[in-house]
Amino acid sequence: MTAVLLNLVVQGTRPALPDVGVFAVAAAIILAGAIGVVVARNPVHSALMLVMTLFGVAVMFVIQQANFLAAVQVIVYAGAIVVLFLFVIMFLGVDREEDIAKEPLRGQRVLAVGLVALGTTGLLLLGQVSKWTTGQPHVAGTDTGAPNVNLLGKSLYTTYLFPFEATSALLIIAVVGAVVLARRPPATTADEEADAAPTDPGTPADATTTDEAGTPAGTDTDTDTDTDTDTDTDTDTGPAATGGPSEAATEATGAEVDA
Amino acid sequence: MSINASWYLALSVVLFSIGALGVLIRRNVLIMFMCVELMLNAANLAFVTFARTLHDIGGQVLVFFVLVVAAAEVVVGLGIVVAIFRRRASANADDLHLMKG
Repeated sequence: MTAVLLNLVVQGTRPALPDVGVFAVAAAIILAGAIGVVVARNPVHSALMLVMTLFGVAVMFVIQQANFLAAVQVIVYAGAIVVLFLFVIMFLGVDREEDIAKEPLRGQRVLAVGLVALGTTGLLLLGQVSKWTTGQPHVAGTDTGAPNVNLLGKSLYTTYLFPFEATSALLIIAVVGAVVLARRPPATTADEEADAAPTDPGTPADATTTDEAGTPAGTDTDTDTDTDTDTDTDTDTGPAATGGPSEAATEATGAEVDA
Repeated sequence: MSINASWYLALSVVLFSIGALGVLIRRNVLIMFMCVELMLNAANLAFVTFARTLHDIGGQVLVFFVLVVAAAEVVVGLGIVVAIFRRRASANADDLHLMKG
């Protein structure tokens, strides 16, 4: 099989009839990989099975004289997308095995299998009976069946120039969006610092005193918070003496001192 | 015995169905993403087959665009998965019931 594939890739000769054996082996690889993606318990195994399927699809592209797309398939999918999947799986540490036997929704799997079987049968029947062509003229160029990187590039830069440019904008947006999504939000770090500050002994009282010294005229809410912290420090220094009414008294004195 | 276009299309249909089944029955968000990739590959295979059968290079151009959009989709999707995992510490789709009424 590899000899046939190398012959196809290197020489670019078009065989009169694609080899049945190549198709059968590649189809078996594709289907085995796809089933493996679905049934594998470990997500890492699923990603490796996905690589298998992608290589099988690349072989299918080569048999159909889409050599450029086969190369892009291997480079982009197997080289970039699956590596990104594996990176995220191992980064998150979700490579634990999942219990597939537990069914979270009752009857959902049976329904899913039934619906998919129905859809598959319908599509296969549709392929038998319907016509595929609509009679529209070709706008992109004629696929002669020979290796056609020239034609593909010419069509991409003339007929499909605007979608090609829009693709670049899409990629930029995807990069920016991924950075924004995956960045740790700064609000949570500020909350963590605010949570960590009162546990530090001694520093809150000092901070409030420096605040009182530094800010001569604050708003009412500021003075209220200052009095609260003052009573807290007072109860810390003399816990036995302060009861309910005396606490109110110290609060009033604190407010007087602040005023 | 030759391989004509309907064989490729049948393989594409089966591959698409396996991907759809995986999206429906699996609960791990990452595996659901991989099954979406399977479905995209099935569509690509059908596009290339039609490009050869109908002698129109537009099918192959469309496969090129599908590849680009799939790459962008995976990048944004995995960014969302990382952001969700940071809050919920779970990659299970059943744990994301914050908007359940």
